[in-house]
Amino acid sequence: MTGSFEPKIVGILCNWCSYAGADLAGTSRLKYPANIHIVRVMCSGRVDPTFVLKAFELGADGVLVSGCRPGDCHYVDGNYKTMRRTPLLENLLRQMGVEPARFRQVWVSASQGEIFARIVEEMVKDLKEIGPYMRQGGEDLA
Amino acid sequence: MTERIGVYVCHCGSNIASVVDVASLAEKAKTWPQVVISRDYKYMCSDPGQEYIKKDIEEYGLSRVVVAACSPRMHESTFRRALEKAGLNGYLLEMANIREHCSWVTTDKQLATQKALNLTRAAVKRVVYHQPIVEREVSVNPATLVVGGGISGIQAALQVAEAGHLVYLVEKEAYIGGHMAQFDKTFPTLDCAACILTPKMVQVGDHPNITLLTSSEVTAVEGYVGNFTVTVREKPRYINPVECTGCGDCVAACVLKDTIPTDFDLGLSKRGAAYIPFPQAVPLRAVIDDKHCLLLNRKKCSMECVKACQRRAINFAQKDKYHTIQVGTIILATGYELFDAAKAPQYGFGRYDNVINGLQFERMTNASGPTQGKIVMKNGEEPKRVAILHCIGSRDANYQRYCSRVCCMSSVKFAHMVKDHTNAEVYEFYIDMRTFGKQYEEFYNRVLEEGVNFIRGKGAEVTKVDGQLVVRAEDTLLGAFREIPVDMVILNTALVPRHDAEHVAQVFGISRSADGFFLESHIKLDPVTTTTDGIYLAGCCQSPKDIPDSVAQGSAAAAQSLSVIATGKVKISPITASVNKELCAGCRICVGLCPFRSIQIDKATGRASINEAVCKGCGTCAAACPSGAITVLHFNDEQILAQIEGVLA
Repeated sequence: MTGSFEPKIVGILCNWCSYAGADLAGTSRLKYPANIHIVRVMCSGRVDPTFVLKAFELGADGVLVSGCRPGDCHYVDGNYKTMRRTPLLENLLRQMGVEPARFRQVWVSASQGEIFARIVEEMVKDLKEIGPYMRQGGEDLA
Repeated sequence: MTERIGVYVCHCGSNIASVVDVASLAEKAKTWPQVVISRDYKYMCSDPGQEYIKKDIEEYGLSRVVVAACSPRMHESTFRRALEKAGLNGYLLEMANIREHCSWVTTDKQLATQKALNLTRAAVKRVVYHQPIVEREVSVNPATLVVGGGISGIQAALQVAEAGHLVYLVEKEAYIGGHMAQFDKTFPTLDCAACILTPKMVQVGDHPNITLLTSSEVTAVEGYVGNFTVTVREKPRYINPVECTGCGDCVAACVLKDTIPTDFDLGLSKRGAAYIPFPQAVPLRAVIDDKHCLLLNRKKCSMECVKACQRRAINFAQKDKYHTIQVGTIILATGYELFDAAKAPQYGFGRYDNVINGLQFERMTNASGPTQGKIVMKNGEEPKRVAILHCIGSRDANYQRYCSRVCCMSSVKFAHMVKDHTNAEVYEFYIDMRTFGKQYEEFYNRVLEEGVNFIRGKGAEVTKVDGQLVVRAEDTLLGAFREIPVDMVILNTALVPRHDAEHVAQVFGISRSADGFFLESHIKLDPVTTTTDGIYLAGCCQSPKDIPDSVAQGSAAAAQSLSVIATGKVKISPITASVNKELCAGCRICVGLCPFRSIQIDKATGRASINEAVCKGCGTCAAACPSGAITVLHFNDEQILAQIEGVLA
């Protein structure tokens, strides 16, 4: 069963750096697991914690949020707002019994297609190890 | 809410269709709620592809369109136009990125097809919540700001000015010309750099449409394409530029004369606190270096310069001046720096005499330089053996991975110059010879025939044995390790981003690539624009370039600027945030979060209000609003949540 488990990941990416970085992974024909589904927002600062919670509620096994690298934000410092919000959200997720590996917040620039592909690979590998969300460990953790 | 949705799945030739089962995807889409028509087609972005969409909008009365194809960053505007031609608002479109994010990155056909299906379903779910949006149009201020007075900036400024528009050219140094003004000869034609550059510098200085601000820096940029407000800080030069004639009497009189190592000659010569760096400087006015001037620093000097100046042009009371400039477009041409060879200590730069870098060599061979064009060692004698080392700090995992592009050619030029000026043996150590440009290979062949010893193998170390410089390298053609004693070593160092590039990127709100250079919109097809509308790039601030390429990009950046100016109007992103006053509690959380200070609390109502002209639509406020009072057009909660639901369904 665990061998065939394909985690579903929602990736919420900012338009200017990370989405472009994911595009670059494509144009460079890098290969990475098909488990991630990218949702575009204009800035990582737009990521309402509700989006992450909702994704888990709707059956995501993992959520990735990615913005421009610090200092490179298209909106000056929207990503710093994300950076400040992330620990609070991680705290909340922990209290809800969501294992830390299920949520990642990273910085990927428009030129880092390779890094994006590697992050997805790592995340899929980690999630395959811990198994599906809720369907396996939800009650125990609660 | 019932919508009539059309779904269009693109094959992109075989780019998508060879991995994703596009026919079954289109079939499946037909079964989804509110989808009334679904097709797959070889090239959706082609005229016939767009024609399908237009015809279906009319025939089937579509109210929403989903295109599953490439990245929206590529073709969203294409399909928006197609919708608009059929009378539908362009924002009633959603694209599913099944190429860059799916077919190109997935090998397993089944997984790719499933992922494409998920992404397309998400787009269908999202598009239901789309709203028609009217694009904003603003008028364009025809003035242009050019930052950086090197050859790229000069070219761009002249081109815009010649087209009849005002240009503000801001240069950090007291003089324009940039690195090119330091060069002696330029490859492959061996034109004298000053001969081709100075007429352009003079043109800039004289042009009625160009306001030249030297010793100046941009400190703040506000606004958006068409209407930028720029603050420039002009540092005092302590010389009244109207009175100064550039006669040089103050330079000769300065009590610190010949004591301060020059930047322009890279320390190979010395100057005073009052100086003019080179005879053809524009503007040809003296400047007083406040870091060294005794009066400005210690309040104690006999002020020989003031006594010497017959025009009474010296004014120590000058202070920083701030200029506020209104422009419509901005061209960044801030250039590069040389990699500091001392960071690679194995080459002895800064430790051993007669180990110099490329720019020092340029100054040495320049007739108006510190040695009047003589190639000499520190003891004043001509070297008998000279080594030229390529790729110092370039193509090196320890420093910069990239190729600095100009160094092969400048190294070959250096070899020629040494041969031309001296009787020395020349040894050139290279990894590859990259002579890629027009007439470049021919120049390389010419220098080969001049009897230069080309050794294929990177110079590994420069050391001193019994007072003699020795270059160690592996000769990969001979398959032998070599130690060559020489009298002088020229290190041809990498071109690197300026040390303040990060700060400049922040001031102008543009991105940088991993190597630190400013990032263009598209590496191949959009090398001049940035992702910030109205800000363009020219020259080595974007990547290392030679002079012909820098000039070409300067012209290209000017053309981009001029096309915006010629239209007179620009469309700006209509994606902005707004506040529902009913829900707003006036908590002020959003006020502090807004990067553009576009949110204020309305004094009368105590509620937040957003200045849409300033709002750029990042949505940071909406993400944080505890009462959900703030929404962002085209990226509202309903739309994003529907999309998340769609990929997970």
